[in-house]
Amino acid sequence: MFFDSDLLMSALRALTPILLAALGGAICERAGVFNIGLEGMMLMGCFTAVATSWFTGSPWLGVLAAALAAAAYSLILAVGTVTLRGDAVVLGVAMNLLAVGLTSFLLRTVFGVQGTFDDPSLAGLPLIGGLSPLAYVSWAAVAVAALMLSRHVWGLRLRGVGEAPDAAATLGVSPTKYKYAAVLVSGVLCGLAGAQLALGNVTLFTENMTAGRGWIAVVAVMLGRALPLGVLLAALLFGLAEAAGFRLQGLGLPQQATDAAPYVVTLGALFLTTARRRRRVRPSSTGAAS
Amino acid sequence: MNNRILGALRSPITFSVLAGVLIGALFLVGTGADPIASYEAVLTGSLGADGIGSTLTTGTSVLGMALALAIPLRAGLINLGGDGQMVLGGITAAVTGLYSPLPAPLTVVLALLAGMAAGAAYAALAALCENHFGVPLLVSSLLLSYPAVSLASYLARYPLKEPGSSLPQTRSLPDGVALPAFGDSTVTWGLVLVVLAAAAYWFTDQRTAIGYEIRMTGLNSRFAAYAGVERRGLTLKLMSVSGATAGLVGAIGVLSFPYRFVDGSLTAPGYTWTGLTAALLATAAPLGTVVASFFFAVLQVGGLAMERTTEVPRELTQVLQAIVIVFLAARLRFPSRWFNRRKEAV
Repeated sequence: MFFDSDLLMSALRALTPILLAALGGAICERAGVFNIGLEGMMLMGCFTAVATSWFTGSPWLGVLAAALAAAAYSLILAVGTVTLRGDAVVLGVAMNLLAVGLTSFLLRTVFGVQGTFDDPSLAGLPLIGGLSPLAYVSWAAVAVAALMLSRHVWGLRLRGVGEAPDAAATLGVSPTKYKYAAVLVSGVLCGLAGAQLALGNVTLFTENMTAGRGWIAVVAVMLGRALPLGVLLAALLFGLAEAAGFRLQGLGLPQQATDAAPYVVTLGALFLTTARRRRRVRPSSTGAAS
Repeated sequence: MNNRILGALRSPITFSVLAGVLIGALFLVGTGADPIASYEAVLTGSLGADGIGSTLTTGTSVLGMALALAIPLRAGLINLGGDGQMVLGGITAAVTGLYSPLPAPLTVVLALLAGMAAGAAYAALAALCENHFGVPLLVSSLLLSYPAVSLASYLARYPLKEPGSSLPQTRSLPDGVALPAFGDSTVTWGLVLVVLAAAAYWFTDQRTAIGYEIRMTGLNSRFAAYAGVERRGLTLKLMSVSGATAGLVGAIGVLSFPYRFVDGSLTAPGYTWTGLTAALLATAAPLGTVVASFFFAVLQVGGLAMERTTEVPRELTQVLQAIVIVFLAARLRFPSRWFNRRKEAV
C-alpha cells in the first residue's frame, strides 16, 4: 500500500517545521511586513536548540532558548524595516546569509567541528503518540492564530495596521508596535520550527540544515493567502510531497528526484492557484500577485 | 570635488563596510585572536604572491555571478535562482565538451555557448512564471533552482558518471577542451570573458537606450511603465541575459581545472550568494559591482589564509559579508551633522 498511516505520520513530521515558520510569515504578512528571513530565523533556532540541549542536557530548555534566540534575531528585520524603513527583501536575504555564516562559524568555535555536529548523548525531544510535542503546539498555534486574527481585537488591529497603517494610526493604533509584535511572534515560531527540525525530526546540527524550508514556508504563506488554515493546507501539501518522495525513494527512484519533488509540487500548486485567481480578477489585474 | 568626497564618505556603503570590519574585529577578539594580525593575514593571503592567483580564480566566478544578479537587480528584479542556472550551464558545457565531434578549440566555444544557452533558457522559464502565471520572480527563480541542482547532481552520479570513480563526477574532458590558462597559474581566459561581460554591462548601462530603460525601471517601475517601458518583455530579456551569464560561469568552471563537472563543486563555494551580496552592495552599478566582487573574492580567499595562520574559522568572512548587507539594507549611515560641521569649515 502506498498511502497508509506511516506515510501520514511521515508527512506530519515533515509538516511541523514548515507550518510553524509559515504561520509566523502569515502573521507578518497580515501586519504588512514582508518576511523572507524565515529561513535564517529557523536556522538560528536549530543551532541554539542543539547548543542549549547539549550544554544543559535538557531539550526543553533547547526549545525555549531557540524561540528566544530566533526572536532576538528577528529584531534585525523589525528594526531594519519598521524603524529604519529599509528594504525588506534585501534585509531578508541578508539575514538568511548571516544565519548560515553565523551558525557555521559558531559550529566551529563552540563545538570545534565542521559540517555536522552529531553526538549520541545529545538529547532530542521525546515523542508523544509518535509525534514531537511541537507538532501539537503547531496545530494549537494555527487555531490560536486563526481565532486571534478573525475574532480578537488584537488580530483586527494587526490586520488594520497591515491594510491601512495610516487609518490605524488615526484610530490610535500604533503600526510600529503591532509590526514589531508580528515580527517577534514570527521569530518565536521560527525558533520553534528550528528546534523541531534539529531536536525533533533529527537530533543533530548540520550547516544550512534548513535547506530551503524557510523559502517553502514563504511560498506556503502566498499559497495559503496568509490565512492560518490556508497556510496549514499549503504546508500539508509540502509535507505530503516530502513524505511521498521518501516513499518513492524506497521504491527505487533516485534520491535527486525525490529531493526536487517538494519544490516542483509547490511551484505547480502556485501555478494552479494564481492562474485561477487571475482568471477571476481579469481584466483589472495588473499581473503580479501581491 | 570636496563635496563628492564627503558624499562618498557619508554614503551608506562606506558605513556598512566599516561597520562590518569593526564587528568582524569584535568577533575576532571574542575568539581570542588578534584582529589586526587576522586582517593582515586576510590581505597578505589573498593579495600576496601566493594568493593573488587564487583570488583571481575565485574572483572570476564571483564577478560572473555578481554580474548575473546585478543585471536584473538594476531594474529592481531579484534573481534568486543563480545556483540552478549556473549548474545547468556547467553540466551542459560538460556534456557538450564530452560529446562534441568538433575540433577542441571549436568545442570550447560551443561548450561556452551551450552553457550560456542552458542558463538563459532556465532563467527565462522563471521570467515566464512571473509574466504569465503570476508567481513572483523572487519565488519562481528560487524554486526552479532546486530541481536544476538535483538534476545535475543526478546526471553526474548516474548516467554521466565516470566509470570506476568513487566520486560523483563526469569523465574528464578530452585533451585540449579547456580554457587556456595564463602561464602555469589557475587563472584562465574565463577571467577575460567575465571582465568583457562586465565591460559590456557597463556600456549597455551607461550608453544605450535599453540601459536607460533598465535604470529607470529600477528607480521607479510605475513611472517607467507610464513612459512606455514594456515590463514583461524587459523581465524576460533581463532574466535571459542574467541566466546566460550564470550559465557562462558554470561553463567556465567546467572548462577550467579539474576540467569536468563535479557534483557540488560549483554550488559549494557559495558564488551565487557572494555574487548577490556584491551586486546588492554596489546597488548593481557596473563598476561598483566589479569593485565589490573583488573585495568579496579577497575576503573569501583571505579567509582561508586567516584560518591557516590564526585558526579563526574562515566562516567569519561569510558573517562579515552578510553584516555589510544587513547594515546597507537598513540604510544606516553616519549622521549628517558630523559632516555638515566640517563642510562649513571648508
